[in-house]
Amino acid sequence: MIEKVFLRCGKHMYSRNVLQQVQQFYNSPTTNIKIGTSINAGDPSFLGIQTSFSSELKFINKECYDSLPLFRILDSSKHVRLPEDFKLDEQTFIRMYRKMITLNIMDKILYESQRQGRISFYMTNTGEEYREAGVLLWRGHSIRDFMNQCYGNHKDTSKGRQMPVHYGSKKLNFVTISSPLTTQLPQAVGTAYAFKRSRKGVCVVCYFGEGAASEGDAHAAFNFAATLECPIVFVCRNNGYAISTPSLEQFKGDGIAARGPAYGIYTIRVDGNDILAMYYATRAARELCIMEGKPVLIEAMSYRIGHHSTSDDSTAYRSINEIDQWKHHTPIIRYRDYLESVGLWCEQREQELNKCVKNSVLLAFAKAEKELKPCWKELFTDIYHTMPKHIRKQMCSMEDHVTEFHKYYPLHLFKQT
Amino acid sequence: MILSKLSTRLLNASASLVFNSQNKSVVREHVRWIQFTYYTDKNNDVTGKTEKMNMYQAINNGLRIAMAKDPDAVIFGEDVAFGGVFRCTLDLQKEFGKDRVFNTPLCEQGIAGFGIGLATIGVTAIAEIQFADYIFPAFDQLVNEAAKLRYRSGGEFDCGKLTIRAPCGAVGHGGLYHSQSPEAYFAHTPGLKIVMPRGAKQAKGLLLSCIEEPDPCIMFEPKILYRTAIDEVPTAHYKIEIGKAEVVRQGDAVTLVGWGTQVHVLLEVADLVQEELGASCEVIDLVSILPWDAELVCKSATKTGRVVIAHEAPLTNGFGAEIVSTVQEQCFLHLEAPIQRVTGWDSPFPHVFEPFYLPDKWRCFAAVRNILNY
Repeated sequence: MIEKVFLRCGKHMYSRNVLQQVQQFYNSPTTNIKIGTSINAGDPSFLGIQTSFSSELKFINKECYDSLPLFRILDSSKHVRLPEDFKLDEQTFIRMYRKMITLNIMDKILYESQRQGRISFYMTNTGEEYREAGVLLWRGHSIRDFMNQCYGNHKDTSKGRQMPVHYGSKKLNFVTISSPLTTQLPQAVGTAYAFKRSRKGVCVVCYFGEGAASEGDAHAAFNFAATLECPIVFVCRNNGYAISTPSLEQFKGDGIAARGPAYGIYTIRVDGNDILAMYYATRAARELCIMEGKPVLIEAMSYRIGHHSTSDDSTAYRSINEIDQWKHHTPIIRYRDYLESVGLWCEQREQELNKCVKNSVLLAFAKAEKELKPCWKELFTDIYHTMPKHIRKQMCSMEDHVTEFHKYYPLHLFKQT
Repeated sequence: MILSKLSTRLLNASASLVFNSQNKSVVREHVRWIQFTYYTDKNNDVTGKTEKMNMYQAINNGLRIAMAKDPDAVIFGEDVAFGGVFRCTLDLQKEFGKDRVFNTPLCEQGIAGFGIGLATIGVTAIAEIQFADYIFPAFDQLVNEAAKLRYRSGGEFDCGKLTIRAPCGAVGHGGLYHSQSPEAYFAHTPGLKIVMPRGAKQAKGLLLSCIEEPDPCIMFEPKILYRTAIDEVPTAHYKIEIGKAEVVRQGDAVTLVGWGTQVHVLLEVADLVQEELGASCEVIDLVSILPWDAELVCKSATKTGRVVIAHEAPLTNGFGAEIVSTVQEQCFLHLEAPIQRVTGWDSPFPHVFEPFYLPDKWRCFAAVRNILNY
């Protein structure tokens, strides 16, 4: 009966379209098969799969392949060889180091300030000084801006609405961080698609942890990026832990990298504690994905030296020995060794830098602490582009209430207008 | 998705010649329970040329206008490239190209996230979720991300250019996963705008509003109306304001509030009440679920003193509850009887029991009669 009632335009259109697509597939230069020629003989002709017949009954697992190798530049020997095609100047080498140190010092001070109850929450970057806050720092986000966000004062661009470390900067093309894990991945793919259509020579970079890669949104993003051919570089920080969950309980395959080729994505595994390997891999990935208009996946292998956050004591689920072991292989130590070996750094410069950064962080910190919070009415703005009536009504009702009960609210900490 | 295809085919069935011939009554009785009569919109509030269109054609027409007006706008979702399982995107790929109208992999959270990403960079993103029943995998992206992006970034970023279209509501035989009306889930989310048209003309006007609104919008399209709702639809660009309800019939004894298909049920109830009980009902199409037009509903409730709210979705925590609470708060001294809700039961949407599940005209009529006698 269904065939009977579906006979008009719908069915026609549908089958014509499918037919057209199927024909395109079979006529494409990569397949020489003509429709109907080989259902059981020669090569298989399934839509979207190019394979060959096999008479061996064999299941495949990760043992059938070699694990993806780890790209590194800073090995333990003193003979470091940099890729010849891109030369880095001395200034860039040193700037990279300075930013890592700055992040490290900022982390220490903000971590302590949370411990003293001066900010509500913090997450350090220790051991992964290439990660997201580092990206902002590298792009020129000032220490003041970081502090303002953590304090949620009136100078914070997000108006004190989010928890600390949820940074964002329109100016620096850094989309505001949100807490739900992995939601940014398919979003980044959408933005990359827009770039592909509008601006040549631009791509999106999207960071996430190995735990976040277990979310459904990661699957969505990899598959969308590949099928819709979007210029995006996915950077996965595989640091061994998602809060207390070791990656052994997160996946059973060859890490995150092994998933890339399964989606049809160019993939590389990089030593995340090697800042130069990360630099060159990211740079090459960017060129590849812009040139081909396709996604690239980088799995950066690392170790989370700090606690997950200030709400976490990681010694509850891992040994101090384990942490100590990694303390000798941090990105900072390895990079400093390299800089010293080529004569770009020395103990004296180290001490000067430490002192100088510490002073500026403390200064910004003290300043941010003294600033007032935004006017409490900002609670009601930016929910929509313009404030709807029902929200305005709620704001007015709160205003009446605050006027009457003002002594029970911390109004002195907030701006008046 | 096999069921999706099935229902499309059955929808096609109504338009096909097969049913207009000898075995019409037999087939209809077994396949589809028609629970309402469509009331054509006779309002001439939009000037200019009109054309007879059903709702899917009106939506198609609206999408075409939006795509022509904004050369960056894109349409995407499952099966939209060949025209969509409900034909709403028919011929658009041919007209605007494969990079502007395209299929995505079958993954709703991906579709919503992808749309947010496009809108974040200022691209008009028109996403389709094939059935509102399948919007739940995208719930996180819509509720935690789309709705909160502007707020959490202090206005630095937003995804106001995102519009999600999703077919919703009863269709006669859709069972659990081709019939749901999930508007109340989303109405609890500050930052989203939600609308539901009652016909072809409203669908086009609301769609164009959603697309141009600087906030993320969800338009739930009652799928039973795609082919049954036929109106004279203005061919030019026009908008219907989000957040405004519409009085579709004036009356003074009882206020009836509904949205989507239910408005037509309520119009029939108004006729029935006039005929049987000699009382006149005021029928309001709420149009926007979020933000909703409390002012207009309360004004009417103040006038009539009696209110009946009807929706297909289940009773408990349905959007009717929000209206009841507001009306009772604002019109307490004017109410002559308790506010009544006639809704789907607190059960999943059943297959063969659909005629007993829906808040049909007889259940609504009984509620009106009861409060008139209160």
